[in-house]
Amino acid sequence: MDLQTLTYIVVGASFALYFAIAIWAKAATTGEFYIAGRGVHPVLNGMATAADWMSAASFISMAGLIGFLGYKGGMYLMGWTGGYVLLAVLLAPYLRKFGKFTVPEFIGDRYYSQTARVVAVICLIFISFTYVAGQMRGVGIVFSRFMEVDILTGLIVGMGIVFVYAVFGGMKGITYTQVAQYVVLIFAYTIPAIFIALQLTGGPIPQIALGSQLADGSNMFLLERLDKIVQDLGFSAYTSTLSGSPMLDMFAITMALMVGTAGLPHVIVRFFTVPRVHDARTSAGWALLFIAILYTTAPAVGAMARMNLMNTVMGPDLTGVEYTAMPGWFKTWEKTGLLKFDDKNKDGKIQYYDDKTKDQAAAAAFTEKGWKGNELTVDRDIMVLANPEIAGLPNWVIALVAAGGIAAALSTAAGLLLVISSSISHDLLKSVFAKGMSEKAELLAGRVAIAAAILIAGYLGANPPGFVAQVVAFAFGLAASSLFPVILLGIFSKRMNKWGAIAGMLSGLIFTLAYIIYFKRDVLLAMPAVPSSEWFLGISPEGIGTVGMVLNFIVAWVVSRITPPPPAHIQHLVEDIRVPRGAGEALDH
Amino acid sequence: MTPENRAAYWSATLRLLVTLLVIWFLVSFGFGILLAEPLNGISIGGYKLGFWFAQQGSIYIFLLLILVYVLRMNRIDQQFDVHED
Repeated sequence: MDLQTLTYIVVGASFALYFAIAIWAKAATTGEFYIAGRGVHPVLNGMATAADWMSAASFISMAGLIGFLGYKGGMYLMGWTGGYVLLAVLLAPYLRKFGKFTVPEFIGDRYYSQTARVVAVICLIFISFTYVAGQMRGVGIVFSRFMEVDILTGLIVGMGIVFVYAVFGGMKGITYTQVAQYVVLIFAYTIPAIFIALQLTGGPIPQIALGSQLADGSNMFLLERLDKIVQDLGFSAYTSTLSGSPMLDMFAITMALMVGTAGLPHVIVRFFTVPRVHDARTSAGWALLFIAILYTTAPAVGAMARMNLMNTVMGPDLTGVEYTAMPGWFKTWEKTGLLKFDDKNKDGKIQYYDDKTKDQAAAAAFTEKGWKGNELTVDRDIMVLANPEIAGLPNWVIALVAAGGIAAALSTAAGLLLVISSSISHDLLKSVFAKGMSEKAELLAGRVAIAAAILIAGYLGANPPGFVAQVVAFAFGLAASSLFPVILLGIFSKRMNKWGAIAGMLSGLIFTLAYIIYFKRDVLLAMPAVPSSEWFLGISPEGIGTVGMVLNFIVAWVVSRITPPPPAHIQHLVEDIRVPRGAGEALDH
Repeated sequence: MTPENRAAYWSATLRLLVTLLVIWFLVSFGFGILLAEPLNGISIGGYKLGFWFAQQGSIYIFLLLILVYVLRMNRIDQQFDVHED
């Protein structure tokens, strides 16, 4: 069977499964729509959280990013997992004890202020739409490559599918769909990795293969060989800590991603869906376990894919391979524009190397060989998508990767769209603009809001700002600098009051947003770029959320000390959420 | 629950959190970033140690930290009689 037909069958089967779940898990009450009636088993919630969390960026872009960054790619690996420790020990059990529906609701109640709640909704909308734009883009890319339709058509199909199960099923439909999507995406990710690990090292476990010797009889370690290949081509060594951005920037980006993870509303809200405080704790552990399976595989995929790519285009002697000798996948990816070849020295061979290398000896050697500049442009996103083809794996594996990529993007998009809609129907309409609303009306409002959010997300996906992973990284900075500090202080400081919280959130959000827009105006607003030499302390826009978070904490603390303390009943509320007992109540309110 | 009991429960919790978060910081920001260069001088199999912490090791330790947290909190909850039914 040809690849096209097989892909349609596998992807079609996964869609049929999602629809079946949507019909089975239709939401009847607002409790089911917002938090799945609080009846989700902690292991299933862990799987749903993992799918919710692992976006198109994790699935499609991350391994490629790591493959090109080498050691520095560790910032994404640590940054996108370490946040679960913060979530498990600092936030999840306490927010579950509080026992309401949304993150802005916690902020509004804890800070006894509708203003604080509305500011939290604004932060949430900025964070979630930034994030969802990246997901819709991911859906479009996967569809366009594997189903051979254009990105816009892919986007519309993706939106249609999310529409069905999110609008009808709400959180309940989304949760169980995410469990299925996790299973699809984790198989799709690990199976090619196992095959490639076997080919390169003779061992099946990618996490071990990355630290193993190659099976080609050279007795060299995989990473040792990779270090050598990339250095010979003028790039910096794969495992070197000295290449790329400075350590302070890596520190800041890692921190922003970790704290941002713990502050993302669509992740936090997943811990509202379990029955008990104890389940919120264990569920965070399960979520990290399910995530770690992919996140410890990704660095192996990145390194192995880069090595395979180098071998294919440069050959074993690193002099470049004839363009006409390229395998079929090379031509297919050229058609999508994600791979570009330009024969600068007209020798008919591909030379893929660092033509801006600082290594003088290497640069001289390149000139001597008659190389006239790098001839291959590789979009990092193809490293995972083309990986099975590069390694020559069977067609069904390629079809599975397509289904996995779509599952990763759809599951995250659905989770994000749900928190956007619940913040509008529950936090804005029900509590500010239309207080007397019936439950039925609120449920309808939630469904309308999610439908509207899907349309906006689709528009953002069709007109996206920059790379998938890059756009997503900004959402973390915004979450780290706006929501995380006030939620944390709301639990751990009884003295924190509404003035501190509002001032903290606004200063964190505005500072971070302004910094990102200023330094990314070339991508976002098509204006002339600002050089990175002007970055504050050398910190990139991806890492600035860390500075925004510190600013938020300082502003919140100072403002709260010069304004009156919170009333006694709020201090009692804080005492109450700190102990687990009594969390079984308040299913509806 | 008496106020003294409540305070004792909270300080037991905070002690555990601080311990866990110190380890969390040490393995990722410490071994994986700030000390990665000197640690890269040591190799385990084909992995340089600093590289291993940044791309593998810290994730395994994060998992262990949550496991320890769940088990220890269960004990603390029982001890102060604030556990759920």
